[in-house]
Amino acid sequence: MSTLEIKDLHVSIDTEQGSKEILKGVSLTINTGEIHAIMGPNGSGKSTLASTIAGHPRYTVDSGSITLDGEDVLAMSVDERARAGLFLAMQYPVEVPGVTMTNFLRTAKTALDGEAPSLRHWTKDVKEAMSQLRIDADFAQRNVNEGFSGGEKKRVEILQLELFKPKFAIMDETDSGLDVDALKVVSEGHNRVHADGAMGTLLITHYTRILRYIKPNFVHVFVDGKIAEEGGPELADRLEEEGYDRYLTAAKA
Amino acid sequence: MTEITEKARIGAPAIDGFTEEGENLSPLNAAAGPLAGASAKSHSHGGGVGVPDSSRAGRLTSYKADDFGQLTGREEDWRFTPLKRLRGLQSDALVGTAPTVTVSGPEGAELPAGVVVETVGRDDARIGVAGIPEDRVSAAAWEAFKEATVVTIPAEAQLETGVAVVIEGTSTELSAQHVVIVAEKFSKAVVVLDHKGSATVSQNVEIDVQDGADLTVVSVQEWADDAVHASSQQTRVGRDAKFKHVTVTLGGDLVRVTPSTRFTGTGGDAEMFGLYFADAGQHLEHRLFVDHAVANCKSRVLYKGALQGKNAHTVWVGDVLIRKEAEGTDSYEANRNLVLTDGARADSVPNLEIETGLIEGAGHASTTGRFDDEHLFYLMARGIPEDVARRLVVRGFLHEIIQQIRVPALEERLNASLERELEAGNL
Repeated sequence: MSTLEIKDLHVSIDTEQGSKEILKGVSLTINTGEIHAIMGPNGSGKSTLASTIAGHPRYTVDSGSITLDGEDVLAMSVDERARAGLFLAMQYPVEVPGVTMTNFLRTAKTALDGEAPSLRHWTKDVKEAMSQLRIDADFAQRNVNEGFSGGEKKRVEILQLELFKPKFAIMDETDSGLDVDALKVVSEGHNRVHADGAMGTLLITHYTRILRYIKPNFVHVFVDGKIAEEGGPELADRLEEEGYDRYLTAAKA
Repeated sequence: MTEITEKARIGAPAIDGFTEEGENLSPLNAAAGPLAGASAKSHSHGGGVGVPDSSRAGRLTSYKADDFGQLTGREEDWRFTPLKRLRGLQSDALVGTAPTVTVSGPEGAELPAGVVVETVGRDDARIGVAGIPEDRVSAAAWEAFKEATVVTIPAEAQLETGVAVVIEGTSTELSAQHVVIVAEKFSKAVVVLDHKGSATVSQNVEIDVQDGADLTVVSVQEWADDAVHASSQQTRVGRDAKFKHVTVTLGGDLVRVTPSTRFTGTGGDAEMFGLYFADAGQHLEHRLFVDHAVANCKSRVLYKGALQGKNAHTVWVGDVLIRKEAEGTDSYEANRNLVLTDGARADSVPNLEIETGLIEGAGHASTTGRFDDEHLFYLMARGIPEDVARRLVVRGFLHEIIQQIRVPALEERLNASLERELEAGNL
């Protein structure tokens, strides 16, 4: 049982007009086995939270803390965070020239586990996971994300989730840009890992659609860099009907 | 990956009534049809259709340096080269001691049986067999060289091991060098030109791949930091011959390799690969020319380069000329660059000239990408430490060329050299 704890997190980015605060005091605790959905309108800071947890250099933490089982995540480098068990499924996975998927997956698995995976099992695991996510076998020989469609990139993110088995998965708008079939495939991939009972999930989404396939225990509504409302799955249903308008009106008032 | 891509693909479907299309594409009939003009010449950096000077076919060739005039740096084929750093190869007498040439089997082993190595005078019949100098510096070396090394793979010999031609410089005096490699009919061999040490040398390498021969020439430039090397490597590819040329340029202050491959018989097959890794201050230039002068030949060109450090500069120019006679040509050329740090510059210019439409295919591509913070973040977010991530990218990118060499000991050595390059750049 692990706990990812975010306390009063304030995060800013450098812009041409100077420093701009994006997260204005976010507190959130996720335990193994829980699924937390973070919802909110564009620009509310959802993706900033995801990137900050992963350690993207663009974001500066001004105050607050992130800990994983008591360990200071903010003191870790990006790769140390991953090795500690955090996984960010990215909203816009980049193309990495010159590195084949096969080589990348094996190198990452070796770095995460501290030893090279047994070749026989590993090859089989990769093949199986790829076929379950309906990723063509020839993708293994292609460069990471190079020439992949938006949907293919998202599937490859979930492929990594399945192969790396992190303690916490942060899924940054994995559902955006997916058609219904791809959405199902991707959700099932997440749910397979979740069913093992050793992972907690932070699911960031703009739409409620993915919540039909990945059932959250908790829903947090992000508005203007803060959590505006929290509740159970029923909150998502309400958002589906009402949208974010009432929060936005309140924030402006 | 920030990417600039330029692609063109021109096929020649056999459509009834369009069999004369090839005629229309000839620059001699410039105004004859919509397919001539801009679309046929859009990637050439010259005047335009019908102006012979702008075509690679119209490029001056001569054994006399003065025929080319003094270089100003404005010439099409010198516009990227910092002439000052040629140390006078383009203007002064090349009378210094040329790098020594030692021919053996791989790693100094005994020369494979049957291979003949000769040192010959200027009047030897084999000199001039592959081509006429195409630029002033090459012509200057032609005028200056005293004797040439000729390596001959005898007819029908199938060499099990490679031939190593070690070219080692010990002085930076201006010098000229001439090497001829002859692969006689139906022979098969791998010849490695291994350049090392210090030198300021203009070199002509002539390669004669006779009918039915299968020759691989690997030219490795691992010079010391102070070397300046201009190398014209001209090849004649005979009927049904197979030629593979691999250039690996890592060391030297300024290295300019100009490999030209001409098909002289039908059914020829040429592959030209190249790899370069430029560090701070290095100028590494490669100018290719594939001359499809006869029908039914195939050519493939792929050059890949990595750059790191301030003022690292690479130039790749790939000229492919498909002449009117070269029906059934199948050609593709590509150059890919990976810029690893700020302050480096990669120039890449693919030129494709097609004078007949009756071809199998012809295409070119050029990409220059940056390895940037987002790539690093992605790999590190999967647990991969920073240094491993950077090397992973560069190694993977360049390995495609190294694996073309197929001489295990050399591949190993070059992989080790690449690791040193990566370490030197703190990557």
